[in-house]
Amino acid sequence: MDAYERVTNARAKGRPTGLAFIRNLFEDFLEMHGDRRFGDDSAVVAGIARLDGMPVTVIALERGVDTKDKIERNFGMAHPEGYRKALRQMKLAEKFGRPVVCLVDTSGAYCGIGAEERGQGLAIAENLMEMMTLKTPVLSILIGEGGSGGALGLAVADEVWMLENAVYSVISPEGCASILWKDPSKVKEAAACLKLTAEDLLGLGVIERIIGEEDGNFDAVYDLLRGEIAATLRRNRELPIDELLQRRYDRFRKIGAGK
Amino acid sequence: MGVLPKNLFKKPNNPLENYDKSKTYSPDVPSEMCIPCPACKAILFNSELTENSHVCPKCGFHFRINPRQRLHLIADEGTFEEFDANMRSRNLIDFPNYDRKLKHALLESGSKEAVVCGRAAIGGFACCLFVMDPYFMVGSMGTVVGEKITRLFEYATEHSLPVVGFTVSGGARMQEGILSLMQMAKTSGAVKRHSDAGNLYAVVLTDPTTGGVTASFAMEADVTIAEPGALIGFAGPRVIEQTIRQKLPNGFQRSEFLYEKGFVDVILKRTEQKQYLTTLLSLHQKGEPANGRV
Repeated sequence: MDAYERVTNARAKGRPTGLAFIRNLFEDFLEMHGDRRFGDDSAVVAGIARLDGMPVTVIALERGVDTKDKIERNFGMAHPEGYRKALRQMKLAEKFGRPVVCLVDTSGAYCGIGAEERGQGLAIAENLMEMMTLKTPVLSILIGEGGSGGALGLAVADEVWMLENAVYSVISPEGCASILWKDPSKVKEAAACLKLTAEDLLGLGVIERIIGEEDGNFDAVYDLLRGEIAATLRRNRELPIDELLQRRYDRFRKIGAGK
Repeated sequence: MGVLPKNLFKKPNNPLENYDKSKTYSPDVPSEMCIPCPACKAILFNSELTENSHVCPKCGFHFRINPRQRLHLIADEGTFEEFDANMRSRNLIDFPNYDRKLKHALLESGSKEAVVCGRAAIGGFACCLFVMDPYFMVGSMGTVVGEKITRLFEYATEHSLPVVGFTVSGGARMQEGILSLMQMAKTSGAVKRHSDAGNLYAVVLTDPTTGGVTASFAMEADVTIAEPGALIGFAGPRVIEQTIRQKLPNGFQRSEFLYEKGFVDVILKRTEQKQYLTTLLSLHQKGEPANGRV
């Protein structure tokens, strides 16, 4: 399957979104709203839940299911208050010793007047810094589209996994094509150049695991994920916190560090 | 009656009328004797511009400058010691034309990469210093920029030194794909460790600072300074205009706008920066009794 087909699959209508994963993976989900500074961004869904008996903090980028829902959630493109809501929940997770699971699915952080006025760059930068030293295990899973800084703002973790059809890229193939060839129709070529598939990223050492999609049987995917997430979080929770944080630092430190 | 020529009533071509009116001057300094200021259109001598820290003496417009010019203005003479000077980018993901672009960037900027890092003294105070290069692929961040910045912060942490940085960047470097994006996390981790160890980081945001650099180390400083009129933002103005399908208000994403919104501590003209940084560093000297009092 070529890179652009993966992009199409990642964006496909009917593909389970963040909330579907939350409902199917976790129990007792209590959603928490607002960033306590500006407002509530419904492109980010955050809260507390139980996984295999263990309390966890869950944060998902939610692009919405039907048209009304999509508009309300700004198609999963978060504003600064979304990243700040996520950070607030992560800080609470640290306080209560809960591991954090982030489910990433966004075409990118929103580009608009309000987002700039409220410090989109700062909000993402703060998440990158704080997540790097968050004293609790963090696991990020790319379930659909991983659009640049908007995805990375929830993907500084001990491990990053990708679903088979998820993509993760520094720029959208459309954006790349229009910069590179001044021709947005060359998205297929651009997608291939960007090395954005799960397989590419595993090869580049940017992710730890690819989660197979069982030919679209997501119930099987949820069953697999539930066990794997719980096992990974438990394993990381056993590590002394300094070691966990050193590993997290080294995980990113080695990318592009030369030989 | 003979056939009239088709273009009988057409105005003859006057080359003076056909110059490209939309052409705007790009804010860089060519080597000619004179240069028009892009802001006030005053004709300036290169020599007077150099004397005035590459700021228009008529209107105060700040021209873009390269790292060598910047270091000359900021670091005490003869104190700058460069780190990782020979680190060069490679085409890690076989991106089309990247090798050619790198070669071109080298020729155009005279720099080997988009950031220069090292240690120096500013007003007698030791610090680590990074200066980005607007002429090397618009200061975009690939793995080498990320690695050099990370190493600089690690060195500064190890030696308990403050970091002073000058950002100018179009964002993450598309030609290195996801590896560029990861540099945002990597540099942020190094900044966090430097910060957690109680060290000072001051940044000067210069024109333009956008994208992945804004969403990482440009916004992570303890003290954030901006040069007047600099474009500073996450998304570029063109991308925003395309997204919201309307024109952006004048001055949007400029230093003064960020200052008004509370994202910048102070806007400083280029000529004021060295003195300010000297005082700032002196106020953060470790082990000094406060104000010299015992």
